[in-house]
Amino acid sequence: MGILVNSSTRAIVQGITGREGAFHTKLMLEYGTKIVAGTSPGKKGSYVHGVPVYNTIEEAIREQGPVDASIVFVPARFAPDAVYEAIDAGLKVVVVITEGIPLHEELRFINYARKRGVVIVGPNTPGIMTVGECKLGIMPAHVFMKGRVGLVSRSGTLTYEIARELGRGGFGISTVIGLGGDPVTGLDFIDVYKMFLEDPETDAVVLIGEIGGDAEERFASFYKSLSIKKPVVAYIAGKTAPPGKRMGHAGAIISMGVGDYASKRRALEEAGVPVAETPSQVPTLLRRLLAG
Amino acid sequence: MKLFEYEAKEVARKYGIPVPRGRVAYSGDEAYSIAREIGGEVVVKAQVLVGGRGLAGGVRFAKTPEEARELAVRLLGSEVRGLKVSALLVEEKVCIARELYLSLTVDRAMRKLVYLVSDMGGVEIEELARRYPERVERIYVEPEVGYTSYMSRIALSFLGLPWSVAGELDSIMKAMYKIMVDYDAELVEFNPLAYTCDGRLVALDAKIIIDDNSLFRHPELQALHGRELSEYEKRAKELGFSYVELDGDIGVISNGAGLTMATMDSILHYGGRPANFLDIGGGATRDRVKEAVKLMLAHPRSRVLVVNIFGGITRCDEVAHGIVEAIKEAGVYKPIVVRMLGTNEEEGRRILEEHGIKVYVDMDEAIMTAIELAKVR
Repeated sequence: MGILVNSSTRAIVQGITGREGAFHTKLMLEYGTKIVAGTSPGKKGSYVHGVPVYNTIEEAIREQGPVDASIVFVPARFAPDAVYEAIDAGLKVVVVITEGIPLHEELRFINYARKRGVVIVGPNTPGIMTVGECKLGIMPAHVFMKGRVGLVSRSGTLTYEIARELGRGGFGISTVIGLGGDPVTGLDFIDVYKMFLEDPETDAVVLIGEIGGDAEERFASFYKSLSIKKPVVAYIAGKTAPPGKRMGHAGAIISMGVGDYASKRRALEEAGVPVAETPSQVPTLLRRLLAG
Repeated sequence: MKLFEYEAKEVARKYGIPVPRGRVAYSGDEAYSIAREIGGEVVVKAQVLVGGRGLAGGVRFAKTPEEARELAVRLLGSEVRGLKVSALLVEEKVCIARELYLSLTVDRAMRKLVYLVSDMGGVEIEELARRYPERVERIYVEPEVGYTSYMSRIALSFLGLPWSVAGELDSIMKAMYKIMVDYDAELVEFNPLAYTCDGRLVALDAKIIIDDNSLFRHPELQALHGRELSEYEKRAKELGFSYVELDGDIGVISNGAGLTMATMDSILHYGGRPANFLDIGGGATRDRVKEAVKLMLAHPRSRVLVVNIFGGITRCDEVAHGIVEAIKEAGVYKPIVVRMLGTNEEEGRRILEEHGIKVYVDMDEAIMTAIELAKVR
């Protein structure tokens, strides 16, 4: 179980012959992910770590059978094209690892996907992994112990850090999902939390936010309005970030007075979501919350 | 990337949006001759990429060209809200009947472009939205449809403007959408947009922010990128790092934006002050790590360096080699506290310990050590 991907998910890798694409195909295969094919225009007939390569998704499906999901490693300027191809080929989940895609392109393909009921994870995400079942991403798998906490994050390495702390505190993960570091992403905290609510293998959720935008605040008011909920603990990065500066991620910027740490923290705490001061505090707060 | 007001107004003018007559000046004499050309009272505006210029004395009025020259001489080279003024915009003074607000931006939650419209121009939009949410109208744009004229009629009615300017407002909003798309902008804002005493609409201030991810397809704008950065930010950017200057004394190098921020925040939490944000990105080679460490060893304010690496794509042995080489080359001594974990961790630790550098596994412990070291230096 877990959300969005599991042991029966059949996936393809778009941009499989590139350096990152090939490297992570190997790691995903080692994890047990069912990678049934890859695409790379002009490279049909070759193999990457035993995975057959096609020019188009359509060919891949014709020869390898149905595909549920794709992971995109295509460079920024060609990535939107790859995403449209995946959506039009009927895939249900498209994980966009690529960083640096123009904002207006993202707006267009995210709206296109949502109207068709297709889930975009990212862009600019470490991916998604249902622990022990399926990894469509670039996260170091060994950090994530199997367990019953859903992990949803806007960051990459910080997610690994907190997953490690959770593991040390005795908490494993059901599914970990990176929303992506760009201002506009396919999924937000509310979308993912709803999925975790439905997942019988998830008991609690850890939310890792950062400065910029108001996704954390919106989640807080949504959470407050629920009558049936699973407990949530949060960590927000960027307390020391100055306004107007882009902190690495395109989305991590306090602009036009929106997106500062204090407002996110206040909103979450008022909604009954404890916010950890440091990554190491996350398991402590979670234990306290679960003990009631 | 932000455009200066005078640049944003040039863009606006090119797209047929009415802006006051005027030009950019870099000296008192230039200000004088522009004011003479315009005739009558002018406004002299410091060109700095920061809000709240008016309150900080960056916007002044001059009745005569001589006065404009005097003001220009005083403003040029001075600082407005911490930023040095090197250019001025000299413009005709417009007779204002009403100050309005009009912008086109991205609504992250709705994942759409949205026009924000308000009858309370001149106030910063964040304050407006917080204090008078009912005074801000939002008009969403479907990406597949784009701008269409009824949107301007909604805006006109919300603003209570006469029908005589309906056509003008329509062409302004249409042009804003075109600028947004053509320039790959995140924001096109006119605040205030004036309804003048003689019944016209004029953009008194203009702000355009370009999406950094799109700069690759705007070669003409690429050259402008990075000019608002500090010297250190520029150097870090040239090296390809994501860098932000802060005001503390503990230098920070980490991988990934979230972890870098968490490192800074934890330093603050345990009683220290971070000097900077430096994200080496994913998969950094030893050379890049070396450059990052050298940059921070030379950083004047930082007394101690924290290197916090969670290896995924990034390999700890590469990081270790980079640190060792940087220390050899820099010839500057500063304590370096290394916390390293993940891919090739053992090899990385061995390399550093051979050179007498202790490697921490626990992030909190590393940060507390760095804070202690900063205190005694």
